[in-house]
Amino acid sequence: MSARALPLLFLNLGGEMLYILDQRLRAQSIPGEKARKDEWTDVDRKRVMNDIITTMFNKKFMEELFKPQELYSKKALRTVYDRLAHASIMRLNQASMDKLYDLMTMAFKYQVLLCPRPKDILLVTFNHLDAIKDFICDSPGILNQVDETFRQLIETYSCLSAGEFQLIRQTLLLFFQDMHIRVSIFLKDKVQNSNGRFVLPISGPVPWGTEVPGLIRVFNHNGDEVKRTEFATDGNYVTPQREGSFELYGDRVLKLGTNMYSVSRPVETHMSGSSKNLASHAKENIVTNPLAKEEMNFLARLLGVLEVKTPGGSETGFRLNLFKTDEEEEYA
Amino acid sequence: MYRKEKSIQLKSSSAALYNNLSVLRLPGRQLACFSTVHGPSVNVVSAAADGLGFSHRQLQAKEGGMAVSTSVLTQAAWCVLPSRVLLVLTSQKGIQMYESDGSIMVYWHALDVTEHPPGQAVFARGIAPAGGRFICVGTSSGLVLVFDIPPKGTNITVSEVLEQHRDAITDIAAELGQAPDGAGDVVTADDAGALCVWSAGEEFTLLSKIPAFGCTCSSVKLWNGVVAAGYGNGQILLYEAATGLLRAEVNAHARWIYALDLAPETGKLLSGAEDSFVHVWKLSRNPDTDDVEIEHCHAECVTDTQVCGARFCDPEGNSFAVTGYDLSEIFRYSRL
Repeated sequence: MSARALPLLFLNLGGEMLYILDQRLRAQSIPGEKARKDEWTDVDRKRVMNDIITTMFNKKFMEELFKPQELYSKKALRTVYDRLAHASIMRLNQASMDKLYDLMTMAFKYQVLLCPRPKDILLVTFNHLDAIKDFICDSPGILNQVDETFRQLIETYSCLSAGEFQLIRQTLLLFFQDMHIRVSIFLKDKVQNSNGRFVLPISGPVPWGTEVPGLIRVFNHNGDEVKRTEFATDGNYVTPQREGSFELYGDRVLKLGTNMYSVSRPVETHMSGSSKNLASHAKENIVTNPLAKEEMNFLARLLGVLEVKTPGGSETGFRLNLFKTDEEEEYA
Repeated sequence: MYRKEKSIQLKSSSAALYNNLSVLRLPGRQLACFSTVHGPSVNVVSAAADGLGFSHRQLQAKEGGMAVSTSVLTQAAWCVLPSRVLLVLTSQKGIQMYESDGSIMVYWHALDVTEHPPGQAVFARGIAPAGGRFICVGTSSGLVLVFDIPPKGTNITVSEVLEQHRDAITDIAAELGQAPDGAGDVVTADDAGALCVWSAGEEFTLLSKIPAFGCTCSSVKLWNGVVAAGYGNGQILLYEAATGLLRAEVNAHARWIYALDLAPETGKLLSGAEDSFVHVWKLSRNPDTDDVEIEHCHAECVTDTQVCGARFCDPEGNSFAVTGYDLSEIFRYSRL
């Protein structure tokens, strides 16, 4: 419906992907001095993150993305992320890619659903971008690209009305409709029920611009208030402290969109399956042809910008099994 | 005060769209029909009053001429006119009208894409009968199309286009009770929060305009000359339709209101919002002071659900139905 939802979908899903990759790569990395030639190091991790972020914020790609258009189909969008995840020498197996995508989508679905105001989706996006800037803080070139995108977001979305933001939100919710994959982090934190549906709290701060429910005021034909009554409900709401910042830099206040993986959590540390495979299969066979009809030319142009780096020379791509334990993520 | 009854299971989940539940109760017959928009399709369920036996039908959004992408529906509503009942669907491509059971499409109106600025979303939204003869449908450019509906047959025509709103229409409501003189037959609401009250006829007349104050009005109702409007900031405001004067302000919900309904025999008002709550209120007019009064009757928390549709199932307001985003069922409640 909305022609402005795609950049937000792409950037937030991309942000979640980076959070997950960062955490998983950290969990599997070996200190540089001790690493064998076929093992991960911190340097490798940073390189992977840099490569993916550089590709994600490619100028031409962003230009196409910000043009008013309908959302891509689920298949087409998945293709974009498959390409993105392979923008470095890292290679993910099919199962890893599937699970990565499920985690990304459920995380952003949660954020969109729980946004107090539709406009707060922008704050969620800014949270992701703030974190991305942290990932590449040592690389001024890429930092510049991210800031450019930041400015483009501000330019495109600052003037939209609340109604237009709600349309964007409704468009995103349509995209995520019927997805109920259970995510272990969400289940542990009790933000998701065992049936895959998210917990919606009926307490806490009301959105900025909303009053705490309870008051009824009646006015006479002169406009004077003549009666005031209150009603009570099970909800336990309070007034919010302050509004998040929509500037390039600032306190976003909202926690949605920040890195929920950065809190220390029990993470498996199996080393098997994480070795760099010398005989890597560089091509991922995910894409048959999900592109159809008029999306084809457009998306093909778009993907042409995302060059997949094939390992060459003395470098070899290394395969990664991101999610070692089988019971890590379940499917509803 | 209200207890939960047996739910109605749907073939597909409800989408997060304003006013996403329509109920048709045919007097004299026990049958009640429900419809919710899933996205590219709409669920139409017919339930017998004894709760046994349901029939399901799914109607698809019409693709329209040359377009290759699928269309998404924005709303489905039954329009009850003296001579016939039509089921109206609005989508990104246009407006579809069916016989009330959804069996036959009697009319299709394609939206004129050129009317909208490039890059803006195009869709129809907001459906209501008016003046016993017309059906009004809104568009994303703020236009309200008035369709002249013959007592039977497919010869439906566009009678007029109302051009008062500058923002996308969100909801339209017909007077459900008795309008006092000059109080109008139909009210239209838009994304910016502006409301227009009209008198229906061969030519519609604008009676009053309530300016926007910066908050979307997502749902509106008109009863005995009182406009009840639900807003994105969770408030319900009551206005005099004839003058546009504000008569009551309720801090009703903690999130965006998605649906309002009114029971014309009693003045009960139903509100549903993203905050998971459904409230029942009672509207009345103080005979001495002529003040409009509103009191709270009942609160229902639909756990872990962002309510997107709420309707009374009878004209007294003794029962109501609710659905929410991602939910494949319609919850029902009735008075003890």
